[in-house]
Amino acid sequence: MNAITATDLTKRFGDFVAVDRLTFEVGQGEVFGFLGSNGAGKSTTIRMLCGLLKPTSGSAKVGGADVSRDPEGVKRRIGYMSQRFSLYEQLTVDQNIRFFGGIYGLDRERVEARRRFVLDMAGLHGREHTRAADLAGGWRQRLALGCAILHEPPIVFLDEPTGGVDPLSRREFWGLIDRLSASGVTVLVTTHYLDEAEHCHRLAIIHRGLLAALGTTDELKRLFGDRAIVEVHAANPVETMRLLDRMPGIEKTSVFGTSVHAVLKDDPRHSAPALKKRLEAAGVAVTSIDVVQPSLEDVFLEVVERAGH
Amino acid sequence: MRKMMAVARKEFRQIWRDTRTLMTLLFVPAFFLLLYGYALNFDIRHVGLAVDDRDRTMESRALIAAFVNSGYFDLVASVDAAGTTRLMNRNDVGAALVIPSGLGRAVRTAGPAAVQVLLNGDNANTATTVMGYALTIIRSESARYRPATAPSAPLVSAEPRVWYNPALRSTLFLVPGLIAYIAMITAVVSTALSIVREKERGTMEQVRMAPLDAASFVAGKTVPYFVVSLVSALGIIVVAMALFGMPMRGSWLLLLVALSLFLAGALGLGLLISSVADTQQVAFQAALLVSFLPTLMLSGFIFPISSMPRFLQLVTYAVPARYFLIALRGVVLKGVGLEALGRELAALAAFALAVLALASVRLRREWS
Ligand SMILES: Nc1ncnc2c1ncn2[C@@H]1O[C@H](COP(=O)(O)OP(=O)(O)O)[C@@H](O)[C@H]1O
Ligand SMILES: [Mg+2]
Repeated sequence: MNAITATDLTKRFGDFVAVDRLTFEVGQGEVFGFLGSNGAGKSTTIRMLCGLLKPTSGSAKVGGADVSRDPEGVKRRIGYMSQRFSLYEQLTVDQNIRFFGGIYGLDRERVEARRRFVLDMAGLHGREHTRAADLAGGWRQRLALGCAILHEPPIVFLDEPTGGVDPLSRREFWGLIDRLSASGVTVLVTTHYLDEAEHCHRLAIIHRGLLAALGTTDELKRLFGDRAIVEVHAANPVETMRLLDRMPGIEKTSVFGTSVHAVLKDDPRHSAPALKKRLEAAGVAVTSIDVVQPSLEDVFLEVVERAGH
Repeated sequence: MRKMMAVARKEFRQIWRDTRTLMTLLFVPAFFLLLYGYALNFDIRHVGLAVDDRDRTMESRALIAAFVNSGYFDLVASVDAAGTTRLMNRNDVGAALVIPSGLGRAVRTAGPAAVQVLLNGDNANTATTVMGYALTIIRSESARYRPATAPSAPLVSAEPRVWYNPALRSTLFLVPGLIAYIAMITAVVSTALSIVREKERGTMEQVRMAPLDAASFVAGKTVPYFVVSLVSALGIIVVAMALFGMPMRGSWLLLLVALSLFLAGALGLGLLISSVADTQQVAFQAALLVSFLPTLMLSGFIFPISSMPRFLQLVTYAVPARYFLIALRGVVLKGVGLEALGRELAALAAFALAVLALASVRLRREWS
C-alpha cells in the first residue's frame, strides 16, 4: 500500500489557486522530494497532507487515513517539521524533548528512550541544558527533526528542513533522512536547493501550484531526449550567453555560475566543435566546451519553461 | 491529563525563563502598589492653618486646639487679617480660622455665634475636603456646649461619620481597586500574549500536530497564568496589610473565591482575545481596550459609578471589576459574608462562564 496518495488535491485562497489538482503517490520507505521555487505551493500541499489545512477539492490519503475526513487519524501517523523553526527557544534541549514527548502522550520510559535517541541522532550530548535559542543552526534543525519524530511515526513531512543552514549541516541532515528512509520511514521533503534534490528517490517539480514533472532524477533528465547540452567555460559568461542566443541551432541558454549551458536542437550540424569555432570567430576566448549530462538545474528550468511562466 | 500537565509545565518554565513576563506578573504589581500606596494618597492631612483669634477666651482657644488635635491641620501662625491674606497668597496655609471677638460670651450665654473659615481655593477638590474637616470639627465643638447651655438647639442634626474607613484613609480604599486592576491586566494580557506568541512563532502549528485536543492545550496554558495571577494578587493583599495597615475583616476563603472567579473571567477574556488576534501587538492593544480601560474607568476604582452619566452606568454592569471591587472591599474592609455578596459573586461567575465558553468555542474552531 502507498504511504501517501493524492488525487486532484486542490487549495484555493479566494480566487487564487495555490495548489492545482496535484496527483501523485509515495511508496513506503521512499524519500520523495518536492522541488519548487518560493510560492510554488509546496508548504500548502504539505499542510493539507498533514491535516492542518482542509483541501478545497480533491482528496488525499496518508497512512490510509483520509486528510479531509480524518485529520486526527492522519496526525497520529505522521511527524511534521514546519518550515519555521518551531521549538520553544526559551526552553532547553531536554525541556523541548520532554514537552513534545508529553503532548504526544508518551510515557516516562518511552520519553527517556526517545530522548537518548534524539540526543544521539542530533549529536546533542552535553548540550541537554542549552537553551534552543543558543544552539547553532544545524543543531536546532536536528533537534526539531528529533522532536517531530519522537513518537516514531511511519511517515514524516519535512518542509524546507535545511533552510538557512550551512552546507556541512545540510549534508549531515540529509544523512539523517537517508537513515530514516533505510529504517522504513516514508519521507516527504520540500526544498528549493537543487543539489539536495539529488538525495530523493523521486522528485515532484511544482510550479505555480501545478505538478510540472514527476520521476526519479534519471527519468527527469531524459526529458531532454536526444538534445545535447553543451557547457561552455569562457571569460565572460553573460556576453557568451548573448552571443549563443543569436546563433542558429541553439534552443536556449542559461548561465550556471561561471559557465554557460546551451541546449542544442536535435540536429547533427550543431555540434560542440562547430559551436566553438563560431564563438571564437566572434572573438570569445573559449576555455573549454563539452557535451554534458543535464543537471537537475537544467531539468528544472526546462520543466518550468514547458509548464509556462 | 498528562498532556495537559506537559503543556502547563512547559508554560511555567517559559514564564520562569521569560524575565519580561515574570516582571509584568510579579514585580510590576508590587511596584505599582508601592507607587500608588505612597504617592497617590488622596487623604489630605497636615493642612497649614492660620489663626486670627480676636476673641482670646477659653472657648476660642479650645476651638483652635480642636483643629490642631484633629490631625488634619497644622497651626502655622497666629496672625491678623492682613497676615492671613499674605500666607494664603504664598500658599503657606490652606485654611484660615477667623474667630470674631465675642465668641466666648456668645457661647456662654447661648447666643448665636459664628466663626469664619477661609479656604485656599487653588485646588477645588482639596478645598472641599478641607471644608468638610473644618465643619466636622466646628460642629462637634459646638455640640459640646449645646446640651447644657442651649436647650433650644435643633433636635435633629446631621452628624456625618464615615464608616469602615474612619479616617477616610484613601489607601485602604485604593488598594482593593489596585488589586482588581493589576489582576485584570496581568491575567488578560499575559494569557492573550502567550497564545498569540505561539501562533506568531509557529510553535502552535507544531503543537497542533500532536494528538492533543484544544481543551488540554488551553487548560495547560491557562492554569499557570491563573496560579501566577493568584499568587500575585494575594501578594498585593499581604503587602497592603503589612505596609498600609489594610485590615482583613472578612473571611479569606470568601476572598479567595471572589479572586478566583474574577481571575477566571480575566483569563477567559485573554483567551478570547488570543482567538481573534494574530499578532502580539494586536492582542496587546485589544487587551488594553477591553480590560485595562474599563477596569480603570468604569469599575468605580477611580470614578464613582453613581456620578457617571446614565449610559455609562449601564455599561459598568458588564465590567467584572465592578463586582470584584464591591466584593473585595466588602470582605476586606467591612468583613461582610456571603449573604451580602451573593449578587456580586454570581455576576463574576456568570461573566467568567460566558467568556470561557465563548473563547473555547472560538479556539476549538481555530484549532481544527
Ligand atoms: N493562508 C493563505 N492565504 C492566502 N494565500 C496563501 C496562504 N497560504 C499560502 N498562500 C499563497 O499560496 C502560495 C503558495 O504558498 P506556499 O505553499 O507557502 O509556497 P511554497 O511553500 O512553495 O513557498 C503563495 O503565493 C502564498 O502567498
Ligand atoms: Mg514553503
